[in-house]
Amino acid sequence: MNNNAQPSEGTPVFQQTERKGNTMTIIKKEFARFFGDRSLFFTSVIMPGLLIYIIYSLMGDGIGKMIEEGSNDVVAVSVENMPPSLAPMLTSIDTNISFVNTGFGQPDIDKLENKDLNVVLLRFPANFDSIVASYDPASGAPAQNVEIYYNSANNASSRVYTELTAALTAYEDQMSNRFDINRADSEEQLFDCATMDDKGAMIWSKLLPMLIIMMLFSGTMAIAPSAIAGEKERGTIATLLVTPMRRNELALGKVVSLSCMALLSGISSFLGIALSLPKMVGGAENVEIPFNYAFGDYAALLLIILSAVLIMASAVSILSALAKDVKNAGTMITPFMLVIVFAGLMPMFQSGVPQNVVVYAIPFYNSIETLTAVFGHDLSWTAVIVTLVSNIAYAGLAVWGLSRMFNSEKIMFGK
Amino acid sequence: MEEILRVEGLSKTFTLSRKQQKIEHTTNKKKVAVDSLSFTANRGEIFGLLGPNGAGKTTTLRMLSTLIHPDSGDAWLDGCSVISDPEGVRAKIGFLTSELKLEDFFTPNYLFSFFSQLHSVPEEVMKQRKEQMFARFGIDKFAEVKVANLSTGMKQKLSLVISLVHDPEIIIFDEPTNGLDVLTARTVTDYLQELRGLGKTIILSTHIFSLVERLCDRVGIIIDGKLCVCGSLSEVCDGMTIEDRFFEIYKQQKGGEE
Repeated sequence: MNNNAQPSEGTPVFQQTERKGNTMTIIKKEFARFFGDRSLFFTSVIMPGLLIYIIYSLMGDGIGKMIEEGSNDVVAVSVENMPPSLAPMLTSIDTNISFVNTGFGQPDIDKLENKDLNVVLLRFPANFDSIVASYDPASGAPAQNVEIYYNSANNASSRVYTELTAALTAYEDQMSNRFDINRADSEEQLFDCATMDDKGAMIWSKLLPMLIIMMLFSGTMAIAPSAIAGEKERGTIATLLVTPMRRNELALGKVVSLSCMALLSGISSFLGIALSLPKMVGGAENVEIPFNYAFGDYAALLLIILSAVLIMASAVSILSALAKDVKNAGTMITPFMLVIVFAGLMPMFQSGVPQNVVVYAIPFYNSIETLTAVFGHDLSWTAVIVTLVSNIAYAGLAVWGLSRMFNSEKIMFGK
Repeated sequence: MEEILRVEGLSKTFTLSRKQQKIEHTTNKKKVAVDSLSFTANRGEIFGLLGPNGAGKTTTLRMLSTLIHPDSGDAWLDGCSVISDPEGVRAKIGFLTSELKLEDFFTPNYLFSFFSQLHSVPEEVMKQRKEQMFARFGIDKFAEVKVANLSTGMKQKLSLVISLVHDPEIIIFDEPTNGLDVLTARTVTDYLQELRGLGKTIILSTHIFSLVERLCDRVGIIIDGKLCVCGSLSEVCDGMTIEDRFFEIYKQQKGGEE
């Protein structure tokens, strides 16, 4: 017998076709799994966006309602010693107030405890006008006191209290006014010289990078554990590992398909936020924050987001391959998420973006900073390119690591 | 007779965790699962590895299928080394054990196509084989039913079919009838004989004596990771039943220790 059994002719029923790349086969399978499973697709793509939209909208409506509640209710204000100089001003502040000039005592104040009464009691000192006119703040004597009794648990009562306080404070300021700051003499006169665009850019650059990165990460977190740790837990990965497929094909196939799914889930969450944000901020305020970005900005945005998703999917895949099961994967990913959140908060505490190009080679942080630069109209293509190249390099490294892990019996079959 | 499998000095040692040490009643951190195992198998025969639980049968078969790496030694399957050409080995073999599961979400139809692609089976051949194999095992009626909804027996038959999508020359089967109901077990053993008739080589592990007697042409008895005896069934039995012969060898092997 020969020492090494040599390949022999045998009786093969067919000739195997030339070995094709299996990466696409794996990607197709992952897609078939993802898009074919309605509940998985719903929970990871439709639900995040929908939930965010519903919750934010409800919160916005709730806040709006709270503000509106009681704003049209008529409030009876009993005024004791109404000063002649103030009467015209006070009676014009709100049409839903009926003023009655009458004195009141402790029993009336006690009645205010009932929060269902739309009542405010306002007491001026007798001869208010003359005392105020002769009062010298430099004398050190206590100033006159105006008493306003109200019930803060009653929205209408509380509203009128605020209105009266504001009106009286304004009246007081007006009496002692010595100078104004930035009083515009015409509508064209602007003291803040920032353009509306720059103001918008400032707001978006603080807000959106973190939001985008967080949404993408939560998308990855929702999908990756079940695709790798889940396959390990269910014993289906071993079935793949006994096929002639190369380990790097499996790793690349997993990372690419997970990136696509994470992107979808991230887009869904982002749409949820984008669509509900106006409701959240409250249409009443009528704030329009300009969102003006050029084609180059959008292109950079897309490239950064794609590379960020790729690197997130590969990082989470590695953690999930190390984990024993899906639950364990979740535990392992959580500390990692805190790091991402921390990196996401950085732009809020700094002015401008880092100029040192090396910073853009730090994974995750680089994506946040380049996104901040894009939204802040501070786009530098050098930074974007360093970010993209390093992210792709890290993802490549991760795919290589993942294929090594698929080959490691300790990681794949260790109990 | 043409040699198709050669195993030379295959060894595997596992590191035991504290918990495993307690279960095994040992303070040894290392456990030798397979101890310089050598044997050969010929084309067109059913070779059985017979041994008690924990003897190292499964570990041996997992090394042959390249799922785990030997610490030393090598094995050649139809000319491909498990060390230097694991992908080549995997293309030649069909490996089946109860540990290998199929994704619940997919249908037999999809899985057959998917694994055929991973094995580079041409489309036309794939269709033909699918039809033939599904009909042979009665899977055709359930071709579009998700694996999750198949009966246990049907799942096992499907696993067998999937492991053979590429019509491998060598079939490695860990405990082929374990956990199967009598009907499925019979279907499987009949099919193994049918495959032998087609010139395929089957390497199986078992602890069931009757299975060895009924199926195997050659047998190796493995105890504590060591191959104690290996040869044709009649050589190994030496006029006794395989069961009596096994216990004789077992006593010789363990006698010194007790």
